[in-house]
Amino acid sequence: MTTTTLTKRPATAATDTPVPYAARIDHVSKSFGRPGAQQHVLDDISIDVAPGEFVCLLGASGCGKSTLLNLVAGLDVPSAGTIDAPGGRPALMFQEHALFPWLTAGRNIELALRLRGVPRAERRDEAERLLELVRLKGAYGKRVHELSGGMRQRVAMARALAQDSQLLLMDEPFAALDAITRDVLHDELTRIWRTANDSGSGTGNLSVLFVTHNVREAVRLAERVVLLSSRPGRIAREWQVDIPQPRRIEDAAVADLSIEITEQLRGEIRRHGQH
Amino acid sequence: MASTETEAGSAAAPTGDDPATPGTTTTSAEPGGASDLAGLEAGLDALESTVVTRQPWLRTAVAKAFPPVVAILIVLALWQLAYHFSLKPHYLLPSPVEVARSLQQKWLEGTLLGFVWTSVSRGALGFVASVGLGTVLGLIVAQVRAVRAAIGPILSGLQSLPSVAWVPAAIIWFGLSDATIYAVVLLGAVPSIANGLVAGVDQISPLYLRAGRTIGATGLAGVRHVLLPAALPGYLAGLKQGWAFSWRSLMAAELIVNAPDLGTGLGQLLEQGRELQDMSWVLSAILLILIVGIGIELLIFAPIERRVLRSRGLLVKS
Repeated sequence: MTTTTLTKRPATAATDTPVPYAARIDHVSKSFGRPGAQQHVLDDISIDVAPGEFVCLLGASGCGKSTLLNLVAGLDVPSAGTIDAPGGRPALMFQEHALFPWLTAGRNIELALRLRGVPRAERRDEAERLLELVRLKGAYGKRVHELSGGMRQRVAMARALAQDSQLLLMDEPFAALDAITRDVLHDELTRIWRTANDSGSGTGNLSVLFVTHNVREAVRLAERVVLLSSRPGRIAREWQVDIPQPRRIEDAAVADLSIEITEQLRGEIRRHGQH
Repeated sequence: MASTETEAGSAAAPTGDDPATPGTTTTSAEPGGASDLAGLEAGLDALESTVVTRQPWLRTAVAKAFPPVVAILIVLALWQLAYHFSLKPHYLLPSPVEVARSLQQKWLEGTLLGFVWTSVSRGALGFVASVGLGTVLGLIVAQVRAVRAAIGPILSGLQSLPSVAWVPAAIIWFGLSDATIYAVVLLGAVPSIANGLVAGVDQISPLYLRAGRTIGATGLAGVRHVLLPAALPGYLAGLKQGWAFSWRSLMAAELIVNAPDLGTGLGQLLEQGRELQDMSWVLSAILLILIVGIGIELLIFAPIERRVLRSRGLLVKS
């Protein structure tokens, strides 16, 4: 049994009229606070995430990474500009697993399936399949507190995938994990993302917008790294990462690019200490 | 622990045909990498999972029952000593044995269970009605900002009003009737149940609400699948307190509302004992009231609460 399709999506309008992006962030700005005492968090951000693309948003504190993800997820509205995510409600993963402790691992996934409208008869099988995808076969009946941190994040990943969205938003999902587990989950995420996009038609099925402040993590995972400056968040620079997958975080090529990006990032941070 | 380590070690070994991970061969671009990863993950999971072993049921029960039983025995012994040395005249301070005999006599008359049942059924009915009212009220206060601003403080203030204070008002409104008793029970229990639910909703981690919204739990689905289950621990605490208030209010009402056609509950039994100046009678009625209150808490609320907390990993094992 090989895992071929990650998402079983009926041929609907989305495939009839192909859209060149999984998410379009178009001249988006965001400010908080009353007029007069406003805090500009994001300033004129434009990013297109291509179907099937893996993009990392990288930046120091105060660059508005999480705010931007919230906007794309539809949890907040931009002050200016537009955001379009044609593949349905984007799935969102947090630094905390955010699994519901009153449900078992399997039921957490089934709730997402149910809210998506999957018929009751299919939910159990689909939940088991998603658990197997994140290699947690047999964890269906486990309570959240019985799972380790890495296992929780994998269940959270399965729950996000249960939404069958074309866009997966990840807000520092591995930041709270130990280095060994994080490394393994990098491999896991890469595998799942590639599996989703290698299958069938060759069109991108799963795009990822991944927010992190870890330069190496960004280079390890992404096809494209977008560096944001801080206060307000602006796009400082972009890198295309052409290192073939599967990469390792220790690869020399990953290290070289990480050093280059880190230098730039430090430059951005230094600017804030100069006034 | 040693067995776990060897197990994890063997799982992490790069065997190409690891039987524990069938069907995980994925992309041909990673020769051997996928099963390596699967084995690595299985090892990590095994290392990081802690197996919680639960004590045998009987041993836990005995260990838990022992200290309170000793405490009760000490109290009884002190009481018996006080009786023995006649700290008070015997008609004012009967011995434990006399109180037990008084209980036994009522039991033999066949009236005891009737008194208990009258009170417990009143308490239960009043409590169920309070749960219905308190839950609706609590949800409205928790969710509607204007309502909370208006009656939230009053609701929590009402909790500190002894419900016996409502008895005179209720008698004026409803006379010496069951309605008076239920009115007092409701006024005592509804605020604490509503407050418990409000507190439960307020304590919900915003993360759950956010996660709920991202998977599409909005509106009523959000209330049903996220808000209510997340608020359950606080709500249960409110219910527990609501029962205590129901029972207290009921006893206050029964003590004062005493009419022949109302039926005799424990409160009325207590009042009759006072009228007869029979201290053994009075003490046995107090004992019964205490036992029923504690019994319902221990038999109904404590197990439910423990179950909910344990299933969420919130029960700290000492």
